[in-house]
Amino acid sequence: MTGIAAYGAYIPRLRLQRKAAAAANAWFAPGLRASAKGERSMASWDEDALTMAVEAGRDCLPATDPLRDRAGVDALYFASTSQPFSDRLNAAIVARALSLPEAISAIDVAASQRAGLSALVAGFDALRSGRAIRPLIVAGEKRKARAASSQELSFGDAGAALALGGCETIANFLGSHSLTIDFVDHFRGSAEEFDYGWEERWVRDEGFAKIVPAAIRGLLEKTGVNGADIAHFILPCPFPRLDQQLAGRCGIDPARVRDNLAGRVGDSGAAHALLMLVHALEDARPGEKILVAQFGQGCDALLFEATPAIAGYAKRSAVSGSLARGKEETNYLKYLAFNGLIALEKGMRAEVDRKTALSVLYRKNDMLMGLVGGKCRICGTAQFPRTRICVSPNCHAVDTQEPHSFAESEGAVLSWSADFLTYSIAPPNHYGMITFAEGGRLMADITDVEQGQIDSGMKVRMAFRIKDVDERRGFRRYFWKAVPAPQA
Amino acid sequence: MATGIKDKVAILGMGCSKFGERWESGAEELMVEAYLEALEDAGVETSQIQAAWFSTAFDEVNVGKGGTPLSVALRLPNIPVTHVENFCASGSEAFRGAVYAVAAGACDIALALGVEKLKDTGYGGLPAREQGTLNPLWNANGSAPGNFAQLASAYRAKHKVSRDDLKRAIAHVSVKSHANGAKNPKAHLQKPITEEMCLKAPMIAEPLGLFDCCGVSDGAACAIVTTPEIAKNLGKTDLITVKALQLALSNGLESQHNSWDGSYFHTARIAARRAYEEACIRNPRAEISMMEVHDCFSITELVTMEDLHISREGEGWKDVLDGFYDAGGRVPCQIDGGLKCFGHPIGASGLRMLYEMYLQLLGRAGPRQLASPRIGLTHNLGGSPAMNVCSVAIIGAQGA
Repeated sequence: MTGIAAYGAYIPRLRLQRKAAAAANAWFAPGLRASAKGERSMASWDEDALTMAVEAGRDCLPATDPLRDRAGVDALYFASTSQPFSDRLNAAIVARALSLPEAISAIDVAASQRAGLSALVAGFDALRSGRAIRPLIVAGEKRKARAASSQELSFGDAGAALALGGCETIANFLGSHSLTIDFVDHFRGSAEEFDYGWEERWVRDEGFAKIVPAAIRGLLEKTGVNGADIAHFILPCPFPRLDQQLAGRCGIDPARVRDNLAGRVGDSGAAHALLMLVHALEDARPGEKILVAQFGQGCDALLFEATPAIAGYAKRSAVSGSLARGKEETNYLKYLAFNGLIALEKGMRAEVDRKTALSVLYRKNDMLMGLVGGKCRICGTAQFPRTRICVSPNCHAVDTQEPHSFAESEGAVLSWSADFLTYSIAPPNHYGMITFAEGGRLMADITDVEQGQIDSGMKVRMAFRIKDVDERRGFRRYFWKAVPAPQA
Repeated sequence: MATGIKDKVAILGMGCSKFGERWESGAEELMVEAYLEALEDAGVETSQIQAAWFSTAFDEVNVGKGGTPLSVALRLPNIPVTHVENFCASGSEAFRGAVYAVAAGACDIALALGVEKLKDTGYGGLPAREQGTLNPLWNANGSAPGNFAQLASAYRAKHKVSRDDLKRAIAHVSVKSHANGAKNPKAHLQKPITEEMCLKAPMIAEPLGLFDCCGVSDGAACAIVTTPEIAKNLGKTDLITVKALQLALSNGLESQHNSWDGSYFHTARIAARRAYEEACIRNPRAEISMMEVHDCFSITELVTMEDLHISREGEGWKDVLDGFYDAGGRVPCQIDGGLKCFGHPIGASGLRMLYEMYLQLLGRAGPRQLASPRIGLTHNLGGSPAMNVCSVAIIGAQGA
């Protein structure tokens, strides 16, 4: 039996208070006040669909040594409609950041809100056909919305991940059903930043209300399962209460409809069905059936049944952990700045050319993307970066360093500063010397940290983030930064 | 077997431009200004100079690459000119090149000149440094103040000094330098400041406020060196000779190995020990008359007092507050005002420090003249605490 072997999720720390956003725009769009309840997740300036997918992947596949512990993954699917590159395999960046082996297949799944579920279906196809043994599905979404739009309030940023397998599953895959219909509720042209949508009532009545039930009924019929047996019904749905109505029409108890997280996260697009599925798996008990569906030029629907193993599943941060570590953000202008929606005066210091030498990026790929350094065979010193001559003053042996990943290492702040001079869109820029428990250190940017909440000795974990954006060439550099370790 | 540089080379003449925002002058004018003073002081002609070392650091906003800018500006007689760059210690490197050439017997009279024209960037503060192709892909998004400020966090953690005490101590570093700089017509900043001004100044990089940071200035400084014998033949009587020239460079230990705790300069301690050995100094706290150190930031100067083995480790901040390094203290430091008041035209700074030691040793320092100094030390640092180049030079009266 194939199924889900592991799950993980990531919701960025900042939560934009909708009331603050609506209040700032009330002079222009007073109607927004009606939806100014709760909060939405808000990626930091150095997070995007890719970095959030990586975080979810790390949560899903915890590792001490990622080079060893994730070596079993043999297929990767990255789902997003906000992937940073149109032509450069985004999944390859995820693979490198997770230190997955080179001998894997990797695919970007895009261009529809249901891309996350389509990727999941494709992963099960690979697994069932025997082409893959351990597929990993990751999704991330950070969509832009125009200032004062309703999407600005309803969208959220998040990532989710599922590892699939044929044994030790926590939820078995019972089947899927897909409908593909060119119903254009909204679209985003390939060179466009923002969505263009059609009348909501038409989308609701002619699209959602007709297409989603058809897909669900098809799935129930195909799998021979009665709607009344569904314990968790998952449907990302922008229309209040419509999810309950559609469930009822399919024989599913409306009380079994999962919270769509609209009040605390918002709609994370292509990642959202997977995010909600992870949330459901956190609660699911053995034997419970979980139905997940997502709309988008048709609909994908999948059915799972939780296994006894789910009761003993090792705790992940997942959705509930991410929800618990949220921080209220009431500064709407900061949201605009982080999303490139306002032209801040950055000053001349920001004019530095950030052209990336692609040949260097490739030569140092595991160092830059995977935070892989070296460990000396002779003296055992872990070090970053990996070099030909060991850094240890009592060793200096030549060509003795084995690859050693620091991505999952626990670090501590040795020295630090909060710098107001250097250009950062989130000043002051914090950075400092991070030392790792097993040896090795690097001077790293420190992100997701508040002024005054840092001192020497603070524990940190490393996180894959945007390092620089080359606006002239449309390139993004990624590297690893330190973030305060979660409180135990 | 190497015998060291002690007393093998004498300074024949030195010059230093007015430092500051020299809007009216480019690098060429600054070079000529420092050079003409040195030439007159040395009592030689351009035609007698046989080789030159030329230091700059920010090629992009300065004169570009190569040695030709110096050769052209001074109309040198087609002699070898070597362009040197070694971060903020570039000026000391130019001096080292010229001194070594004379000591080696390769030439009789050599010139070292450093210049930096920084005030053509369009903004305050140092320009961003070009880092090559790999470093920008992983180095933290930092600045000079942010990197040096980290000394404070590590020093506090190691020596259990409160933030307030350390902040007061580094404020005193700057107050002292401004008091000295106020007496120096060539300094960029010539106004005294108070501790309160330091403590209340806008934050640049925690815990360094505006007055914990040196200025950014244009300037040039220059030395003409020869052998003691030739100097005497040219009629010089009170000879100032080079006692030690040491340079220690990081090899990645501080930035990559966990044996360094971030609170001091690994290189400075090594360079200082080597320099004392070369100059035959056994007790620097008693034997050094005065110092010009690399006070790019107040915290740098404070920890340097320990790295030079003048203050005991962990106690430098107390010596500073006790006035040990004030103009009237036991080892006056930054008697010309330091980088704090001169600013830091990178290529010139190491030579500017030597210029003050030279004037003091000859009794030519005017209102800030110290009583009979015999040995002067300069400390010129480039890079950041975790990755740097540290020069320690000692000069003194011949026979001292």
